[in-house]
Amino acid sequence: MHNTKTGPLTFGSARINAGLQHAVKKHRSEIIAEISASGMKGRGGAGFPTGVKWNLAAAAKDEHKYVVCNADEGEPGTFKDRVILTEYADLVFEGMSIAALAIGAKHGIIYLRGEYSYLRPLLEAILQRRRNEGLLGENILSREGFTFDIEIRMGSGAYVCGEETALIESLEGHRGEPRNRPPYPVDTGYLGHPTVVNNVETLAWVACILAKGAHWFKSIGTDKSTGLKLFSVSGDCEHPGVYEFPMGISVADLLKEVGGEDAKAVQIGGASGHCVPASEFARTIAYEDIPTGGSIIVFGPDRDMVDVSRNFLEFFVEESCGQCTPCRVGSAKLLEGVEKLSKGACSMQYLRELRGLGETMQLASKCGLGQSAPNAFLSIVAHFKDELMGRIAAAPGEKE
Amino acid sequence: MFQTQQDKLNQDIQRWGDEFGRTRSALIPILQEIQAKYFHVSEHAMQVVANMLDIHPVEVYGVVSFYSFLDHRPKGKFIIRLCRTLSCAMQNKDRVARQLENDLGISFGETTPDGRFTLEWANCIGMCDQGPAMLVNDHVFTRVTPDKVHDILDGCRRAFGVFATEKRQEYLV
Repeated sequence: MHNTKTGPLTFGSARINAGLQHAVKKHRSEIIAEISASGMKGRGGAGFPTGVKWNLAAAAKDEHKYVVCNADEGEPGTFKDRVILTEYADLVFEGMSIAALAIGAKHGIIYLRGEYSYLRPLLEAILQRRRNEGLLGENILSREGFTFDIEIRMGSGAYVCGEETALIESLEGHRGEPRNRPPYPVDTGYLGHPTVVNNVETLAWVACILAKGAHWFKSIGTDKSTGLKLFSVSGDCEHPGVYEFPMGISVADLLKEVGGEDAKAVQIGGASGHCVPASEFARTIAYEDIPTGGSIIVFGPDRDMVDVSRNFLEFFVEESCGQCTPCRVGSAKLLEGVEKLSKGACSMQYLRELRGLGETMQLASKCGLGQSAPNAFLSIVAHFKDELMGRIAAAPGEKE
Repeated sequence: MFQTQQDKLNQDIQRWGDEFGRTRSALIPILQEIQAKYFHVSEHAMQVVANMLDIHPVEVYGVVSFYSFLDHRPKGKFIIRLCRTLSCAMQNKDRVARQLENDLGISFGETTPDGRFTLEWANCIGMCDQGPAMLVNDHVFTRVTPDKVHDILDGCRRAFGVFATEKRQEYLV
C-alpha cells in the first residue's frame, strides 16, 4: 500500500505541537475564540462551525465530557483521513488535546473504521510516545489540571456510523442507528455526557490554526468557507490522489490540476453528494455552493451514468441501517427503478414517480444517510436524461 | 463444540470482560475479540456475553447482525473483502471478482468447505485512488489484477502449510 499524495500539504510543513504549546498558555475561552475567528467549519462534509460546537460543549455543566475523533471515513471516494492518520496522526491527537482543553474534557476516543484496522498499531505507538513525552496524561505541558488521554475504538464495518449520533450509539455498544436530534451530542452525547465529535481533518486543521493564528486561516478561501481543504480524487483522471486546495476552487480548476479536463461529469461529495455535469464546471466547491467532505470522483466521456447511479444505490441499500421506512424501502425501490432504466424498460411516468420518491426520501428520512441517498440519482436524472431514456438493452453476454 | 473448547471460549470472554469492563459499552470490543479469535460469534458466545453484561441475548444478536465485520456463522480463517464501490468498480473490479471466484471455487458470500477462505464484498475501503482494492483480514492489497489473485491466495495457503492451526498474517505481507 502507498499513500498517493499529489503536491505538498500544509500538514507536511506544520510544526508538531506548536499549536498545543500556544493553547496551554491561553484561557479556554480564548482558544474557542481563536477557532471561531478562523471561520473553521467541520471538514467531514456537514460544515457545522467548529467554534460554535465547542462553545456549546464548553458551556455544558458536567464533570465528564468527551472529545471524539470521527475516523469512520466511509464515504465512497474518500481516503484523505487515511493519509492524514498515516502521516500526520500527531496533528490529529494534538487537535483532540486542544479540543479537550477548550471544552474541559478528560477523555478522548478515536473511532477508527474497521477497514483501517491496519493503522491501529501505528496509532497506538504514537499515542504511547505522546504519553511518554508528557503530551497526554496529567498536567499536560505543565498546565495545572489539564488531564487528558485518548483511547482507540474500532468500528465494525458500518457506513452509517460516520453519522455522529450513530457513532455514539456504536461506542455505547448498540446497533449503529442514528438518534433523533435534538438533543445534540454537545449536550447529550456518549453515555449521556457532553461530547464533541469532530472529523479527523478538522482536528488536524485546529492544530495548525492554533500554531499559525486564525488570521492565516481566514485569509484563505472565501468569506463563508475559509481555509484549505483536502480532496480525495479518484476515477477517470490522470493523477488520482490526495490534494490540498483553498475552499472556493472551481470544479474546472480542480479538474485541470488532476488531469481530468475531458470529464463529462464529476461526483462531488461521494455517494451522498451531487453529480455535477460539464455545463456547471464553473461552480465552486465551498459550503455556499457545492459542499463536500472532499470526495471527488471524475467521470470520463465514456462513463455510463446509469451504472454510476446503480452502484451508488446498491451501496445505500446495503448500508441503510433500516431504522426508518423512507430510507430502507426507498433505497431498494430506487435501485429497482435504476435496474429498469438500465435495461431500457422505464416509462416517463415511472421515472417521474421515482423522482417523487427520491424527493420524499430527502424530506422524510431520519438522518443524513437517507436524506442524501437519492441525491446522486436525482442529479443524474436531472442532467443526463438523454442517457436514461430510450436505452436499448445490452445483448446478453455483451455487458454484465 | 467440545466441552474443552467451550470452556476456553468462556474463559476468554471473562478475560475480555476484565480487560474492557463489564458495561454495555464494552460489548463491541468484546465481540470483536471473539470474532477475531473464533472466526464468528456463536450463539453460545452471545449467551455468555449477555450473561456477563447482564443484557438480553437478543440485544447481543442485534449488534452482531448489524455490523458487517461480525458474523454468527463461521467464517473462513482468511476473509477476502473485495471493494465493489464506484471507484474500484470503474477500475475493473469485476474481472478480479471473477478470478477470485474461479480460484476459490465459491461465490461471494460463501466460505470454502475447508473453512479457509470467505469471499465477501466490501463497501468503499478508502483505496479509491489505487483500485481495485481488497482486504485480506487486516491486510490491504491495491491495484489488484486477475493475474495477482493467484499469488495472493497462494500466500494465504502457504501460511497454512507452516502453521496449520494459527492465523499467521505476516506471511501475507
